[in-house]
Amino acid sequence: MKIPISYNWRNLWTRRLTTVLTVVGISLVVFVFAAVLMLSQGVTETMVATGSEDNVIIIRKGSNSELASSIMRDQIDLISTFPELARNKDNQPYGTGDVVTMINLSKKGSKDMGNIIIRGISSSAFELRPQVSLVNGRWFKPGQMEVVVGNRIAEGFENIELNGQIEIGSKKWTVVGIMDAGKTGFASEIWTDAELILNEFNRQNAFSSFTFRLANMKDFEIIKTKIENEKRLQELEVKQEQKFYLEQSEMMAGFIKGLGLVITIIFSFGAMIGAMITMYAAVANRTVEIGTLRALGFPRRSILTAFLIEAMALSLIGAAAGLALASLLGFVSFSTTNFGTFSELAFGFSLSPEIIGYTFLFAIVMGIFGGFLPAVRASKMNIVNSLRAGG
Amino acid sequence: MSTLVQVNQVSKIYYRGTIEIPVLQNLSLDVPEGEFMALMGPSGSGKTTLLNLISGIDRPTSGSIVIAGTDIAKLNETQLAKWRSQNIGFIFQFYNLIPVLTAYENVELPLELTNLSKKEKKQRVEGVLNIVGLSDRMDHYPKQLSGGQQQRVAIARAVVTDPTLIIGDEPTGDLDRKSAEEILNLMDRLNREFKKTIVMVTHDPHAAEKAHVTRHLEKGELMVNGDGK
Repeated sequence: MKIPISYNWRNLWTRRLTTVLTVVGISLVVFVFAAVLMLSQGVTETMVATGSEDNVIIIRKGSNSELASSIMRDQIDLISTFPELARNKDNQPYGTGDVVTMINLSKKGSKDMGNIIIRGISSSAFELRPQVSLVNGRWFKPGQMEVVVGNRIAEGFENIELNGQIEIGSKKWTVVGIMDAGKTGFASEIWTDAELILNEFNRQNAFSSFTFRLANMKDFEIIKTKIENEKRLQELEVKQEQKFYLEQSEMMAGFIKGLGLVITIIFSFGAMIGAMITMYAAVANRTVEIGTLRALGFPRRSILTAFLIEAMALSLIGAAAGLALASLLGFVSFSTTNFGTFSELAFGFSLSPEIIGYTFLFAIVMGIFGGFLPAVRASKMNIVNSLRAGG
Repeated sequence: MSTLVQVNQVSKIYYRGTIEIPVLQNLSLDVPEGEFMALMGPSGSGKTTLLNLISGIDRPTSGSIVIAGTDIAKLNETQLAKWRSQNIGFIFQFYNLIPVLTAYENVELPLELTNLSKKEKKQRVEGVLNIVGLSDRMDHYPKQLSGGQQQRVAIARAVVTDPTLIIGDEPTGDLDRKSAEEILNLMDRLNREFKKTIVMVTHDPHAAEKAHVTRHLEKGELMVNGDGK
């Protein structure tokens, strides 16, 4: 009992101008919808990529970020004795006590300042974070006032190009290398020797976090219980590193998604009304056709389905166009303040199969809402009156 | 000949707000199987309303309409739609072809409501387009055809399902004399050669002459001496 699909396609093609205008309206809304999800996904992916599944991080309980956390050297030493930690051939644990603080640097080409994370690291940090590699210059030498800058911020701020000098605390430090940390948060950081940062900021033995690798990740619950039960480690919290960074991304990703979706939903009403006007016009222009189809014996539901299919086709074409446009954003990357840490974070738009699915679902919902009332009107038309409309 | 259409004491009243507009009053009419009947009458006499009732696209206010043993006034909306698809072939004054479909697709359209295979549909469509003399125009869109050709496509669409009854509402009303003659000859052929029962509304006495019987309506009633030839 179906009206041929060719009937729908050709009707859309016959009304090319209104079809294209409606599709453009829908595609713009879809573009915003997809862009918001891609941005949110980009933040999450950047933060998740920062952490490793195999690493464990220890911070102070209640600290949302390393900046607000502290862990003492003797606590790190104690944890380092636990047999569950992975060790190198010298029986030293794969672990780094990091000191994380923030400095203010001028952005290139503007008067704005940005907060940049300075991470003081221990030597094992490179083994724990294989995603970080040197792309220019050399690594800093322990005990020297030298830093290595993440590639994603190297070009965006003043004086942090190779051999540039930046002020950290009360002293000038030299940029000796540029590191590539892929699409991770480390690419937006400056790294140097943890001991120097401890001294410079007079933190004595207070590190920000301790990250280590377990010999067997299945021992995570064991080490967690051990730390929770050890009196000297009571104020510390154990997390899988990737989960820790994922939690850091949630606030910003959630904010982008929430605000973006509210705006998109408001826009979508405009697009739905546009689709509705187009479909009402289609129904009005085809009154005699509808009457004829009904007279030939096509039931009401066939008419309803035919007009809904047209509305859905408009939406799906709009969705495809909007997604194609949004996918180009994958080439764009920018840097802004991460609300979780109030520091600069560079990230990009990321398109995933899930986002494609949600976008098409969103477009289908728009199509149904936009096309339903006109389709109902078409299906409820009186045959005699419809046929008379042509006479 | 047995009676195919029995219109019994049918009245039809339209309402405009609270105002009643009676169009047909206790009208009775029999159409034998294989008949070619013309309905004539001045504008507003109710002939198109009678045609709409017989074709099942409108419902009587009272009375019954029995076609091939089925009282169509008792069918619900869905049953009536299915009944129309199986029993009625329509020929409209303005052809009412779907402009975005080709002649072939327009003729094939009623077959979408059947369970015929693609091959059977193709055979039927090509067969009826051959009968109406448009085998060489089947890929043309309506706007690429003349009025007469469009009406021939409409006739092909009307007969492709092999309906019980063909309904013509001023089928020559929009055509020039020559095309009208061709259409009337085609309808005559359908009646004589393919034994199709045809009820046609017309203003044109020449068109009515092609029918076996002409019935006249006036103010919603059939004239007693309205028989034609």
